[in-house]
Order: sequence, then structure tokens, then C-alpha cells
Amino acid sequence: MQRIGVFVCHCGSNIAATVDVEKVVQAARGVPGVVCAQDYRYMCSQAGQDLIRCAIREEKLTGVVVCSCSPRMHEATFRRAAEQEGLNPYLVEIANIREQCSWIHKDRDQATAKAIVLMRAAVEKVRRDQPLTAGKSGVVKRALVIGGGIAGLSTALDVAGAGFEVDIVEKEPSIGGKMAQLDKTFPTLDCSACILTPKMVEASQNENIHLYTYSEVEEVSGFVGNFTVTIRKKARFVDETRCTGCGVCMEKCPSKKAKNEFNCGLNTRSAIYIPFAQAIPNVPVIDTENCIKMKTGKCGICQKNCAAGAIDYTQKDERITREYGAIVAATGFQPIGLQAFGEYGYDRYPDVITSLELERLMNAAGPTGGELRCPSDGRKPKEIVFVQCVGSRGQSCRDKSYCSKICCMYTAKHAMLIRDHWPEMNVHVMYIDVRTPGKNFDEFYRRAAEEYGVDYIKGQVGKVYEQDGRLKVQASDLLDDRQLLLNADLVVLAAAIEPSPTARKLATMLTASMDTNDFFTEAHPKLRPVESPTAGIFLSGVCQGPKDIPETVAQAGAAAAKVIGLLSKKELTANACTAQPDEGRCNGCGECEKVCPYGAISYEEKEMRVPGKTEKRRVARINTALCQGCGACTVACPSGVMDLLGFSNRQILSEVDAICR
Amino acid sequence: MKKTEKEQAAWLIAVSGANPGACMRCGRCTAACPVAGEMDIKPHHFASFLLHGQAGALLQSQSIWVCLSCMACSERCPRGVDPARLMEAVRQGAVRPRGETHLSPDDVPALLQEDMPQQALAAAFRKYRK
Repeated sequence: MQRIGVFVCHCGSNIAATVDVEKVVQAARGVPGVVCAQDYRYMCSQAGQDLIRCAIREEKLTGVVVCSCSPRMHEATFRRAAEQEGLNPYLVEIANIREQCSWIHKDRDQATAKAIVLMRAAVEKVRRDQPLTAGKSGVVKRALVIGGGIAGLSTALDVAGAGFEVDIVEKEPSIGGKMAQLDKTFPTLDCSACILTPKMVEASQNENIHLYTYSEVEEVSGFVGNFTVTIRKKARFVDETRCTGCGVCMEKCPSKKAKNEFNCGLNTRSAIYIPFAQAIPNVPVIDTENCIKMKTGKCGICQKNCAAGAIDYTQKDERITREYGAIVAATGFQPIGLQAFGEYGYDRYPDVITSLELERLMNAAGPTGGELRCPSDGRKPKEIVFVQCVGSRGQSCRDKSYCSKICCMYTAKHAMLIRDHWPEMNVHVMYIDVRTPGKNFDEFYRRAAEEYGVDYIKGQVGKVYEQDGRLKVQASDLLDDRQLLLNADLVVLAAAIEPSPTARKLATMLTASMDTNDFFTEAHPKLRPVESPTAGIFLSGVCQGPKDIPETVAQAGAAAAKVIGLLSKKELTANACTAQPDEGRCNGCGECEKVCPYGAISYEEKEMRVPGKTEKRRVARINTALCQGCGACTVACPSGVMDLLGFSNRQILSEVDAICR
Repeated sequence: MKKTEKEQAAWLIAVSGANPGACMRCGRCTAACPVAGEMDIKPHHFASFLLHGQAGALLQSQSIWVCLSCMACSERCPRGVDPARLMEAVRQGAVRPRGETHLSPDDVPALLQEDMPQQALAAAFRKYRK
């Protein structure tokens, strides 16, 4: 005979304000098999747990239903309490009467009626629960970091510092990411390269870190602690082991008209190139689209001039398959394209540039050697207009709905540096709001306005056009309530930032969820901000949401701590709710194997007793260490013989019955 | 019964079908407007005036007659407020109580100017003729 206990939580007023808890308790007492029903203010508190434990002990309960918040919050808490009393933890079920009832309803009677129904369904489920035992699985002591920008590097260095091996996969020829392109960093104005390159060098020299540059993740399988990843190392056409990084090949290369990506296309580079002086590895790569040898078969000058004999035109992409215990996504961002923003004339006028382009124009290693010049004719600009929020904070199809977060501060930085280096230049900043939360951030912005005389204008730009060979900016000053027509030599657009376009494909491979903007979703926005809801996948940097460098490094460290925590474990408790076929009825059709995302299903020949004889049959076999209990196979099985322990078809149908009754 | 100013503002918002609540005061509407310089109340003010129940000032303003209905404000608005609809609603609010004194097509040829944009002509039909 089943002896079930029902425990209804008030959750302060979270549940009790909308659901008549007393009535739920009364209703529970009338359900067959329920031998005790109680309510309490906070069931998750120590006193609340003691109440459940006491009931299990004294009433000799065989099943427990807790009507409370989502199982994602406290299922583990209550299961642990039951286990301490010797009750199998899988005999505890949660009826979610908070998120799925009290929080979303206003009418007390209706909410109470729904809470009773949810309680009844949970009682029916617990009645059919079986005691389950979770298996164990090992942890591969190696982490993979995808993305070699400041986020990925920081995470990798922290994980490596704890003694674990880390591989970094970077799609570009060098690590460094966007930070390598920046000139100075706010709010202290230290040189970006000066603080980044030591980290790059440290990563390349750390014996626990292995770099896969010019590489991409191609395939991911497995699960937390046991991922198998295939990395495609794109052909550089230069042998990394032989190249000395002397640079003769780049000098001799006759094809010098390729767009220099590192300088945002503001100048050109050779077809064989190292993206920037401090690149790691300091090994060139051949850009096949611009290489004359690759296009026509004639040239080979770099090969002839390479003293080390490192050039190899026949090099092929290489695939490496490795196992990892944890994976960190650090795929970063890019500024949005501005084709849809015709009013600013970015595509029409060379002197309308993005802020990232300005970084290169102000950088000593940039196309102008750090002298700020107009891209159109190389003259020194006198009037500079900055436009904020280009593509951020909008609701139309060309806009991003979010605030890109970094633009206010980098624009204050640009404006301040320009006024500092070239006081003869006038700087106007068209803004909607200036947002500067952060340590020493507002002080920094005020310094730009007060000490450096940057002209901040509350208002936006209507259009940018050319008249008599000069750019005109039509704008409005909302505080002075006047229309402006500014002359401009340079217009700098603070383009919104968006996640790297590679992130979506990666999220699919990792089965990690994303939001509508293609930022990775965290497991909990407040309490688990660096973990993906998919176990073993961690988030670092802007791939999770816009953030500046200090925040990125902080989050990268947090992600590293989580990775270290995982890799330090001897073994992981596997999921107990695994799939289980009814072998007697399985016809070995193969459908379940096709849909299993974890490769947990295989087939075996088994001898079966059938009326009158014994025959050999092909049946599905589950590797319970691999099965994550997703349930895909139970849906795919055409004969309905695949079941999920803890969520059996019989249990779910009995819940439905209880709801429909 | 005569509407209070506040009720009138709410009514104007309702007939406009626009969404002034979404306005984030960026001012792109005014920046894009080719005639904002001639307006006594600029396009970006329309959303906040109506939200704050100040219909009277808008109904009295010259702006609604200066507006070309070129829709640049709505085109540029990043929040989907649609300021051109607000402008049109206020214009209707001013025109309707004054009876049938719209521009007559017969009068148009005499008023035509060479460099007048076509939108201005369309807009003129909606305007009250003094």
C-alpha cells in the first residue's frame, strides 16, 4: 500500500497570496494513498525540510509530493532531505504551483483550483515512481576554450593556472581578438596592446595551454565531463614548425592589394600576411583569394625567398579530434554592418567611419601611424562629429533592441584623446543618454566634457550629406530646442555590437541555448551567469551579452572557476532518468539511434523466448553513462516501447488523467 | 460634454494609432525633419506633450500646419513611435471642430509653386484653409 505525503509551501506570499494553501492541503487529504498533508511558510527552509523528514520517518512515507516552486529551484533540496531519511530521492516529485500557477494567475479561486490539479497530477506520478540509482561517469581533465580574444585568453590562463590542460581554438590567424585592434582602453587610457600582448605571450608559453589558431570547431558530441570535439585546422600554407617569422615573404609578395582586415580595410596588405606585429603565432598565412600562385599557378615568389623552406602550397586542412571535460564559449562580437543606415552615408563618404576604424586611425601601428587623418584625402580634420547609438536600442528591423553598453565610454575616450592630442580639433558628441555606470566611468565622461571641452549635444543626427566638398550633419539639439547644421570633416558612428556570426552554428553544436539576439543564454540570469543551461558548457565575454574589458575579464575568471570546479571532480553523478526499452517488444528498427544526440543507443542481438521457441532478435541497448534523459528516443519509437525512467509513458498519461478528471 | 485637455490628449493618442509611450527621447524625428526649424513645437515634443496630457499647446501650434507629411520622422524613429501619425492626429483634432473648410481642389492651381514637393500637396488637402 502506498503512503504518500503532500507538502504545500506558502513561499511567503509568493504562493499563498494567490493560492489558498489550506484548500490544497484539504484536497490532498482526500486523494487515495495520501496519508499526510501539511503546509508551511517556507518549505525549503531548514524547518520546512525537517517537517518533511519527520513525516517520512513517522508516517513511513513511500512517496513525497512537494507543491512549491519550479523543480529547477529546489528539487535537489527536497530530494536530498528524503535521501537523508533513507527514502530513494527519485520518489520525490515537485508540483510547480509558483512559476506555473501563483505567479501567472490573478484569480485566487482559479489559481487554487489549478494548484489542486497540479498536486493531484504529481501524486499520480509519485504513485508510479520507481526507486532509481544514478550511475557515475568520469571527467576528462582538459578544457576547450572557443575564441582567443581577451575573454578566452583570460579563462584559459586561469584554468591552466590551476593545473589543467586547456586548448584554445581561434578562427583568425592570431589570438588577441578585438582588443588587439584597440588603441587605448578606458577609463585609465592604458595602451590596449601593452596590456593584452603580455597575456597573449603568457598563453602561448604556458605549458598547459595549446593554441589552435586559424582553426574552427567542426563537430561536438558527448556530454559534461566527456565531450569529443573535432577541430578543423585550416591550411595556412606555411609550415608553423619551420617558419621563423622573418617577414621576407610578405615583403616580396607582389600581390599587395588585399584589404587589411586588422586595420578595418583602411589600408592594404600582401596576400601572404601576419595580421599584426605582435601576432601569436608569428607565422604568416596565405590568403588564397588574393594569392597569385593560388589563382593562376604562376608566381611562387614567397616560396623562392623563404630561407626556412616553410611555404607549402599543397598544405591541406587538418582535422584533430580530442576529448574535453568542459567547453567554454568565448566567441566575442563584431560591430554591425551599416548598409541599412543610409542616412549617415557610411557607404557613400569615406570620411564617415565607425569607432573601431577610428581606433585604427589613432593607433601608432595603424594605417596613418597614429596621426588622425581623413581617409578621403589625408587632411587633418578640424570638426569631428560622433554619433551615438547607431543601431542600438531600436525596435525596427535594422536595429538591435539592446544597449551595446561600451559605446558611451569609448566615445568619451576617443573625444578626450583627440582633444588632448590635437586641441585645435573640435569634437561634438550627439547622444541620446550618456550611460556610464562603472568604477571611475562617470568621472571619466565628465572629464571629457569639462576638462577637455568636448561638446556633448543631447540629440540625434537626421542625415549626413556632402555640400561643396564638405560633410554636413543635420541634427537637433533637444535641450536648446534648436536645429543644427554642423560642418564635419570626420563623422564617427558608434555602431552597435552583435555576437560573432559563428556563435549560432556553435550553439547548435553545443546544444547551448541562445536568445533572439544570438547571445548565449546563461543558466540563471543572476545566480548562474557564466554557465550555459547545458551542463559542461560555460560562457565567457561578449558572447553572453555586451560588456567592456574589465567585466569581460571578471566573467572570464568566473567561467574559469566553474571549469576548475568541474575538472577537479573525480567523477560525476550521471543522470538516473535514462531511457529503457521494453526489449520484448523492441523490433530493432533503428529509429531511436538516429535521433539520439548523445550516441547512447546501439543494438545487440539477443536471444528471446517467444511462444514455442527461442529466437535471436535485434534490440536497442542504452549506454546509461551516455544517456542524458532528453526523451527524444521515446518520442521517435514507432512501437512505443522506449521509456524514460522517472518519466515513463505510464506516469505521464496518469498525470494527464489526473488533470482531466 | 467638452473634453478636458487630458482627455483630449488621450483621445488624440487613440485616434493616431501611434505609440508615444515607446519614445525614448532620442530626437531622431526632429533631426530628420526638413522643416523642424520652422516649427514652434518640434516633432520630438509631440510624444511627451500627449503623454503628459498637454493637448492644448499642440492644437494651437503652428507645427501641425508646417509639417509636410513627408514621413521622415516615422522612417527614422528607432522605437516604432510613428510621430507622423501623432502629427496627423493633432491636425485632425484641430481641423474637425472647424467644420467643412478644407482646401478645395479648385483652389490648388493658384497655390502651386514650382519647387513644392508632391507630399506637400497631399498634405495641404488635410489642412485647414484660413
